[in-house]
Amino acid sequence: MSEPTPGTELSPAAPEPPDADTSAANTPAAGPATDGWRRLSPRMLLVHPVQEVVRAFPALIVLLVAGTSTGGGPWWTLAGLGAMIVLGLLRWFTTTYRITDDQVQVQRGLIRRRLLTVPRDRVRTVDVTAHILHRALGLARVTIGTGRSDKKNDGLRLDALTATAADALRVELLRRDPAAATAPAKGRTTARRRPARPAEEQERELARMRPSWLRFGPFTLSGVIAVGVVAGFTARIVSEAHIRVSQIGAVREGAAQIRHTPMWVIVLLAILVCLLIVTIAAELGYLLSFWNFRLTRQPGGTLHVSRGLVTSRKTTIEERRLHGAEISEPLLLRAVRGGRCIAIATGLRVGRGAERGGSMLLPPAPRTEVDRVAGEVLGSTDPVHATLRPHGPRARRRRYTRALTFVAVPILALLALWAWAGWPSWAWQLSLILVPIAVGLAFDRFRGLGHTVVDGILVSRLGSLVRRRSMLSVDGVIGWNLRRSFFQRRAGLATLSATTAAGRQHYPVPDLPLPEAVRLAEEAVPGLLTPFLTNNPEPTTDP
Amino acid sequence: MLYWACRAGIGWLVPLAGEVIWWIADGNHHAAHLAGLIVTVLLAVAHLAVMPQWRYRVHRWETTDDAVYTQAGWFNQERRIAPVARIQTVDSERGALERMFGLANVTVTTASAAGPLKISGLLDGDAQRLVSEMMENTRTAGDDAT
Repeated sequence: MSEPTPGTELSPAAPEPPDADTSAANTPAAGPATDGWRRLSPRMLLVHPVQEVVRAFPALIVLLVAGTSTGGGPWWTLAGLGAMIVLGLLRWFTTTYRITDDQVQVQRGLIRRRLLTVPRDRVRTVDVTAHILHRALGLARVTIGTGRSDKKNDGLRLDALTATAADALRVELLRRDPAAATAPAKGRTTARRRPARPAEEQERELARMRPSWLRFGPFTLSGVIAVGVVAGFTARIVSEAHIRVSQIGAVREGAAQIRHTPMWVIVLLAILVCLLIVTIAAELGYLLSFWNFRLTRQPGGTLHVSRGLVTSRKTTIEERRLHGAEISEPLLLRAVRGGRCIAIATGLRVGRGAERGGSMLLPPAPRTEVDRVAGEVLGSTDPVHATLRPHGPRARRRRYTRALTFVAVPILALLALWAWAGWPSWAWQLSLILVPIAVGLAFDRFRGLGHTVVDGILVSRLGSLVRRRSMLSVDGVIGWNLRRSFFQRRAGLATLSATTAAGRQHYPVPDLPLPEAVRLAEEAVPGLLTPFLTNNPEPTTDP
Repeated sequence: MLYWACRAGIGWLVPLAGEVIWWIADGNHHAAHLAGLIVTVLLAVAHLAVMPQWRYRVHRWETTDDAVYTQAGWFNQERRIAPVARIQTVDSERGALERMFGLANVTVTTASAAGPLKISGLLDGDAQRLVSEMMENTRTAGDDAT
């Protein structure tokens, strides 16, 4: 059994990467004799069981209730608890990892042993996360992202190493020769390149969270989701434990009170209370996720993002694999002139939720800051501020017809139900309010459409509820998908998508007139489309 | 074309079977069940009559030394282009139905998850030739932009 060498057991509060001596001790050349396979930190023996217990909490409640009702006492629960703890311990015993000069390998599993191997030059991003238990014990979890778009992303996750070992690993895995880091990636030999980024001699800070950004907290959706999750969890516990809500005295008094107040007061109060809860939850969520946010550019050609109040998270992105940035403004944030910036990089999935996985380059912040940071990351501010070409009147018409058709369905359905099934008339009359909303939405969506190519970067903007401005470097574009639905064909439009290995995997430019789409593809990646533009392509065989 | 018709036909069998079973299990409302069944059959016939022809006329593909191009679909049509330099794998697959007709489907994947190009309904020999041709071209090209 191999332990991390004693030199790395520094005090848990030291998060900086260690100096050369201890980092040498971490590389396998100096590793112990069991050919380099190392275990996770033994402190995880404390953490894994706790994690398993938390994860199985609802099931344990069920066992507890079943135990008390069948008179078996708490034995079932204890047995369940014991099983969870053993499972957690087993995880530590069965996971080992190894870093060699050209590979990273992880072995895990008890019944079904899996060996995951990744060549080191496929490592694109490294993510070091430490939630509260980890931080208490001085540990951190390392997730290694590769160029594949791993949907099931359990692969290269080392949960957990000591904080210093994790940091050293991060630096080691992404260490590149600084000269090579700023050379453009081999690939297309187009004359138009992205503007070269300056080689840094030392770390340069690009952005830092300011307390005044907290005002953007309530305008993200993180609060809604958090409230939903908590509510769901509580509801489950309540139902599993068979607590009867109506027996609680306070609830009964409240219900009596409600019977005496008019309906509209109740509705108003309910809405206000909901808003208040959601706002507070969102603000808390923002604080927890993005406090101490810092974006820096490191001398090795990497970008380093660190954030988090209770759970600290550090992500390192190799700049050579950063193919662009996306500025997204959800409707609420747009109203207060805020925005977010997300990296388009291979090896980072664009996750869900307010945190967007590890790819967030700037949390909800003032729009000017977002623009500045996007310009820094891309190397030039032209794509950020370039005026975009509009998509034409047919695209506008399509936006309106789609929005209106979409709302016509529920309105007509409610009308039909009123006419034939006797539903109240206020139902369909109320739904008429959807029409001006739809018109407004369609107008805004059309205004959001635009595209251009500037400085070797394909800029595409779309959307209204979430307005996204994707700036993708043409080096990162692999191919094109040109999609024409039946209705688009009749209107002479097409949706052009650039496929890429980074970020969302494809970035659409919707509803372009077809000649314009072809012209755009030609301008962005000259020579790819031309051979197929002849008027009569040879129709090759099908049976 | 017959291949596509068969494929869609098998798809239609599922709702048809469901409706028949429901009818047998229910036992009343014969008129409603009969109407439902007739509507489904009509839709299926229409789909099977129109779709294969349309698909056949739309589906095409072409390869050059530098790129692969496919065009597919019938109601919604999609054209895809990928440069040979960025191809990662070329797979050919033959399910049971394909083997019955002596056909194969070829899928070309790139580093992008949104980019696989699919050519379906190729004759077996053609498929083999295409696969080996593309592997040749890919080998002589550069890196894969990840």
